[in-house]
Amino acid sequence: MEPLLSVRNLSVTFDVRKPGSWPWTPPRKLHAVSEVSFDLQPGECLGIVGESGSGKSTLARAVVGTIPSSDGNIMFEGHDLANMYPKQRRVHRRDVQMIFQDPLAALNPRMTVGEIIAEPLVTHEPGTPRAEVKKRVRELMERVGLLPNLINRYPHEFSGGQCQRIGIARALILKPKLIICDEPVSALDVSVQAQVINLLMELQRDMGLSMIFIAHDLSVVKHISDRTLVLYLGRVMETAESEKLTTRPEHPYSQALIASVPIPDPVLERARPRPILEGELPSPLSPPSGCVFRTRCPKAQTSCAEVKPMLEDIGGNHLVACPFHEAEEVLAVNG
Amino acid sequence: MFPNRAAVEGVGEAMELAEVKGRSLWADARTRFFRNRAAVVSLIMLMLVAGFALFGGAFAEYENDFVDFSLIGSNAYKGVPSVETGHYFGTDSNGRDLFARTVQGTGISLMVGVVGALVAVIVGTLYGATAGYYGGRVDGLMMRIVDVLMSIPFMFVLILMLVIFGRSIFMLFLGIGLISWLDMARIARGQTLTIKNKEFVEVAVATGVHPVKIILRHIVPNLLGIVIVYATLLVPNMIIFESFISFLGLGVQEPATSLGALINEGSRTMQFGYYWQIAYPLFFFVVTIFAFFFVGDGLRDALDPKDR
Repeated sequence: MEPLLSVRNLSVTFDVRKPGSWPWTPPRKLHAVSEVSFDLQPGECLGIVGESGSGKSTLARAVVGTIPSSDGNIMFEGHDLANMYPKQRRVHRRDVQMIFQDPLAALNPRMTVGEIIAEPLVTHEPGTPRAEVKKRVRELMERVGLLPNLINRYPHEFSGGQCQRIGIARALILKPKLIICDEPVSALDVSVQAQVINLLMELQRDMGLSMIFIAHDLSVVKHISDRTLVLYLGRVMETAESEKLTTRPEHPYSQALIASVPIPDPVLERARPRPILEGELPSPLSPPSGCVFRTRCPKAQTSCAEVKPMLEDIGGNHLVACPFHEAEEVLAVNG
Repeated sequence: MFPNRAAVEGVGEAMELAEVKGRSLWADARTRFFRNRAAVVSLIMLMLVAGFALFGGAFAEYENDFVDFSLIGSNAYKGVPSVETGHYFGTDSNGRDLFARTVQGTGISLMVGVVGALVAVIVGTLYGATAGYYGGRVDGLMMRIVDVLMSIPFMFVLILMLVIFGRSIFMLFLGIGLISWLDMARIARGQTLTIKNKEFVEVAVATGVHPVKIILRHIVPNLLGIVIVYATLLVPNMIIFESFISFLGLGVQEPATSLGALINEGSRTMQFGYYWQIAYPLFFFVVTIFAFFFVGDGLRDALDPKDR
């Protein structure tokens, strides 16, 4: 089957200038995302995890196209999105929609809910009669669990969970093929998180959507996604089926990440051994040589500083970027 | 899977419910503004002044350029303000009816202020929003142009323009229009820089909304609060500016007049006891400017409740 989205060697670098430097001094390069490749099948959900600053959001924005990629291809249904003219690109944008972390900030405070949800529709199908637009907005509001008679209200009159539903409705009105969720539940209450995630899963199943789901909460990612990709400093460390990754991670970073998820049982939580990650994420302005994780890796060896580890297929579509990988049984992440 | 299935089924019936009208941020600001007494009183004063400028002419007994030769030389006792003679505000030193002239002067002064503010709002906001939204080199170039224009001593240039191209009200409007938008462009650009990084703008970009529409639909409405406040504070500045030019004798030309020109004339004769020749124009001038400042203040409090 041809993948819906196929990302090859995607890199995003930003130019960073010291304030007050001369215009002709070459800027330093910040490598936010380096050489990331993955495929997304129609109807599949890919989870992306990693700590803050690992490039998750930058990767998502590069795929959506709000940040230009500096290298690599993003093939969407066989079209290379990265090398398109802005005008062509705008036409393609209807198939990829995005849901954001802060639900209120993602809604224009001066527009009514109806106008917000209708905006993609009005943009891409400008001739639609107003009654038809309104009808579709109301249907969709009902679909995501909002009362349609609130269509003339303003975003500040809604709760966080409701605002996120508005965001979801806006993302769905054009019936896109791919939805990118950038930590859609991180800003919400735990009880509301569950509602929003279940809503997303139900919509994904019913509408046959593909989804890229970014989170730093592994239990959430495991619950919703079929496959998971672990990012560290903009590089892919490991990718595998979510079930396999959360129970038998191979890469030392994934193992540390999973071990840091708390288990809601004090006895088990206290008893389990955990490799604790020390130190901070290195600066993406000067990433470590060789394997970027070696500065914090419990299994690091001298060769790690010299050779950049390639992603290695260890069977069953399970890719690991560590020559010293070994499966480690971890206590199942609940979810 | 769906947690609130019952609630959603209830929604079906709720479709029949009447649509609820939302309270926009504008409506909230309006309520806050009308709670501010000083601002409301000033707004009423402004409306009265505007009404005076628009309809005052209907009550005048004389044309504003009619010279009553019989009064020349005997202004001090025949030209005093009186209802009987029909010169409600007295006459000026040329024997013209001061009431009619004050009506005309107020009108022109208000017009100068409003035109200046309008140019600032339209040109300045769009210019600043465009520069801020595109950023980078476009921003650098557009804002450097503003810097260059700002560094020119405008009073000097305006005086030169009025001397070279003749003193006309059109030149005055042109001169005021040329400078008034510069500050507004800077303010709008600064605000745009904070707004354009908000997620709702990113959503619009990701959805494929045209950049022009993003500026008009997402950026400008969110700028408007600050722009309106600044514009109301700009109007009195423009009136003062025009008055200064007219005071120098370069602004509005006879027989037309403005408050600044009237005050100028009045100031020359006040030492001879013709107090009314400066008192009436000055009264309208001060009331208008105070009222604009208070309204601007009220609007700022209403539109920006956090910054109080």
